[in-house]
Amino acid sequence: MKGLKYAIPLVLFAALVAFLAVGLTRDPREVPSPFIGKPAPQFKLTELAAPERTFGPEDMRGKVWLLNVWASWCVSCRVEHPLLVDMSKQALVPIVGLDYKDKRADGLQWLATHGDPYRLSAYDDEGKVGIDFGVYGVPETFVIDKQGVIRYKQIGPITKEALDKTILPLVRKLNG
Amino acid sequence: MRTLAAALLLALAGSAFGQADEVAHPDPRVEARLKDLGEELRCLVCQNQTIADSAAPLALDLRNQIRTQIAQSRSDDEIRAYMVDRYGDFVLYKPPFKAATALLWVGPFALLAVGIGVLAVVLRRRKAPPAAPAAPETGARRAEVAALLEPDRAPPGKDR
Amino acid sequence: MIPELGHFALVVALSLAAAQAALSFTGAATGRHALMGASRPIAIGQFLFVAGAFAALAYAFVTSDFSVVNVVEHSNSKLPLQYRFAATWGSHEGSMLLWTLMLGGWTFAVALFSRHLPERLVARVLGVMGLVSAGFLLFILLTSDPFERLIPAAAEGHDLNPLLQDPGMVVHPPMLYMGYVGFSVAFAFAIAALLEGRLDAAWARWSRPWTTAAWCFLTLGIMMGSAWAYYELGWGGWWFWDPVENASFMPWLAGTALIHSLAVTEKRGTFRAWTVLLAIVAFSLSLVGTFLVRSGVLTSVHAFATDPRRGIFILLFLVVVVGGSLAIFAWRAPRVGLGSSFAPVSRESMLLANNVLLGVALAAVMLGTLYPLFLDALNLGKISVGPPYFDAVFFPLMAPAVFLMAVGPVASWKRARLPDLWIRLRWAFGVAVVAALLLPFLLGRWSPLIAFGLWLALWLVASAVAQLVQRLEAAPQATLGAKLRAQSLSWYGMTVAHLGIAVFILGVTIVKGYETERDLRMAPGQHTAIGGYDFEFKGVREVPGPNYTAIQGAFDIRRAGSPQVVRTLYPQKRMYPADGQTMTEAAIDTGLTRDLYVSLGEPVEGGAWGVRVYHKPFVDWIWGGCVLMALGGFLALADRRYRVKRAAAVPAGAAAQGAMP
Repeated sequence: MKGLKYAIPLVLFAALVAFLAVGLTRDPREVPSPFIGKPAPQFKLTELAAPERTFGPEDMRGKVWLLNVWASWCVSCRVEHPLLVDMSKQALVPIVGLDYKDKRADGLQWLATHGDPYRLSAYDDEGKVGIDFGVYGVPETFVIDKQGVIRYKQIGPITKEALDKTILPLVRKLNG
Repeated sequence: MRTLAAALLLALAGSAFGQADEVAHPDPRVEARLKDLGEELRCLVCQNQTIADSAAPLALDLRNQIRTQIAQSRSDDEIRAYMVDRYGDFVLYKPPFKAATALLWVGPFALLAVGIGVLAVVLRRRKAPPAAPAAPETGARRAEVAALLEPDRAPPGKDR
Repeated sequence: MIPELGHFALVVALSLAAAQAALSFTGAATGRHALMGASRPIAIGQFLFVAGAFAALAYAFVTSDFSVVNVVEHSNSKLPLQYRFAATWGSHEGSMLLWTLMLGGWTFAVALFSRHLPERLVARVLGVMGLVSAGFLLFILLTSDPFERLIPAAAEGHDLNPLLQDPGMVVHPPMLYMGYVGFSVAFAFAIAALLEGRLDAAWARWSRPWTTAAWCFLTLGIMMGSAWAYYELGWGGWWFWDPVENASFMPWLAGTALIHSLAVTEKRGTFRAWTVLLAIVAFSLSLVGTFLVRSGVLTSVHAFATDPRRGIFILLFLVVVVGGSLAIFAWRAPRVGLGSSFAPVSRESMLLANNVLLGVALAAVMLGTLYPLFLDALNLGKISVGPPYFDAVFFPLMAPAVFLMAVGPVASWKRARLPDLWIRLRWAFGVAVVAALLLPFLLGRWSPLIAFGLWLALWLVASAVAQLVQRLEAAPQATLGAKLRAQSLSWYGMTVAHLGIAVFILGVTIVKGYETERDLRMAPGQHTAIGGYDFEFKGVREVPGPNYTAIQGAFDIRRAGSPQVVRTLYPQKRMYPADGQTMTEAAIDTGLTRDLYVSLGEPVEGGAWGVRVYHKPFVDWIWGGCVLMALGGFLALADRRYRVKRAAAVPAGAAAQGAMP
């Protein structure tokens, strides 16, 4: 019995190894969104293609929709863009773009080149709305429900797997 | 060389995707508060740097945001809350005290208490040699028993 | 051809390391002299082959052999020679080879300098080191081969990261690894002793010099890293409690506790289980640090590019080595026994308190470093733990330990009396309190924290002076010179090392308390004042470098009110065309009592620049203190007792306990 205390370091080490092993499966640089389950922040931005018109999340009340943050200077956005174009062709869910810290002309040019899957793109030239949504990289995508509550955030490009396994089932569920 | 240098200057000037240059606030107290706050906040896109020191565009945006808020007389707590609302606790280098971080904050001092406790126990145990047996023993037997009780005792070393 | 030879050398080294382990342990278990005797030459052979492999990789870098992937990714033909050489360890693969080279080096040293030790012990020590070497060599060959070829060869390399193109890169990693890896010797001695079932003063005497040497190197290595960050990163900071920094600091804390614990075990034969556990923990922390830095579980500016396969391998290696050694500890330590007794006030009790405090501080650093990982693994969210936490927790824990540092050396072994201690130290105490209360006013402003920091440092200094005076008074020699020479190097070493801590604390306290900074825009011809100096910005011009182009600013520095230029500083902004990176190179005027530090920010319209100017009083005392600590360690190593060579001269106590039947 007396000798048991000598086993304490070994036990502590075993616990440490367990944590380190789990840690190997995690990404320490991924920052989860504190907005899940909270209402999407309100904003009013001009539309990218039509500066005389404005858009805000309340315009999409009653619908389940995606807010996709993109930019013409963003290389990873090109990776997910074909998926988005596909989705819009199949009319699976309305997608609204947020053109983040871009030049209007560059953004429009980019959409002309790569296709425009968005119902419209809001133009966030200073990035203030991005900050309000906790955006820290591009692309990011938010799934927002009929009451305007954020239900999911995709960090990085949308992959086919994320789309099939997480995003589309969630959209279906939110649509009832 | 000249063109390279010119290119370097241009590259530096335009290095932040066409956004506004960072303009220091004319009031040095605002800048001082920005520095103190910025050193507590984490740059989310960097490999472990503060918002105050990072050259990343997002860090620059957030510094400007903080400047604006300081100029609007927001308190330090309000500005921290603004950051945490958007980015979560990850953005604070000083972890908030809540249930999940209680062990973190209390741990070292709890360990200190444990350590002092262990110290006290060990000191008490080492104070006197192990007790001699109650029954009277002959000299030889006593020596034998003593040797059995402390078989590994080192001879007293020279005190330098 | 050379890279293939290097790769082959690694394979041979692996087989030799495996043989080293197998033969040593078998020999020790069965008592066969032939097997035990073979361990020494095999160990030397293993080192030579690892050295050969390292030389092959270095050769590939120095000759810019772009048919080797590692060279292409981390070097460039325009890179100056010293950085081409240093780039050998500028990558994960190369640095692992450096680790293994250091391990081979320490193995070689043990093989050479252990003639006077019992055969069985040496065999087991070399066996353990062979096992560890084999593990690292296997890791390199399976997951991190630096000799991978690129066919067809590239025309030019991507260049070494500009931040690493600095003298710091040439000295910091080798020194650091000498330290980390050096603890493997103490570890091997501990395991050997546990397996032997014999843990006594002699074992401690043999382990001590190896441990002290490793500790000295680690101290210097950490100090170099800190100084390098200070002048390289441009924001004047020197410690960020970054996970990789902590990964080097934790073994240092354990190593410090270990060298003190070994002193007690050697002198008094007690604390044996503690000492053995600390020896295992110190090296284990080196290994855990290796895991943390290369597996991707923590984010850091220092972290190498990661690969989950590597993480899994290192974790398995940790389980075998650390888990195995802690299991051996759990199994064998109960037989070690208690050791001699001592009073609640005695040198032993103070050293025990020192161990406890260092242990708690170590646990606190570990807790802070790993806590984000713990929470994430339990799906409790993501947090960050940074300098505000560590500063708040570490200094209160260390303060009592520093206080005791001044008292411990004065206390006698086995039993000390508080009144005696008070008589010996009361002047030192008084002087320290008075000086600490008054100094801040001289330096600029008074604050309780500054006064406290100053008091701790001055208390250490005053106590050292008091000790010296009392020793000289008690010394029987006739002249002062003879008296000074009569004191042992071991005592001088301890005192110098403790003074190093005092100098360090002074540096940290004064810099944190009194540093000033200006962050502003300057156009050519404009002035700014800081710390009693005037800075005039003279404009910029372009300056070519060997593999970069720089925009160089010039700043004339004058003492306030004087027209004479004291110094001109030339901060730079460098552009490296090979990988397109831009880097800031700060300019520093180093002085004994202050540093003046200038770095260029971004250019703005009108030819003006964003400029950061710092006045940092006594900042170099931080690294000066570390150098003193290491110097103290080296002095202690030079003590006469370690220079006594032949078996005949081994002290009677050791012969009685160490000799094998």
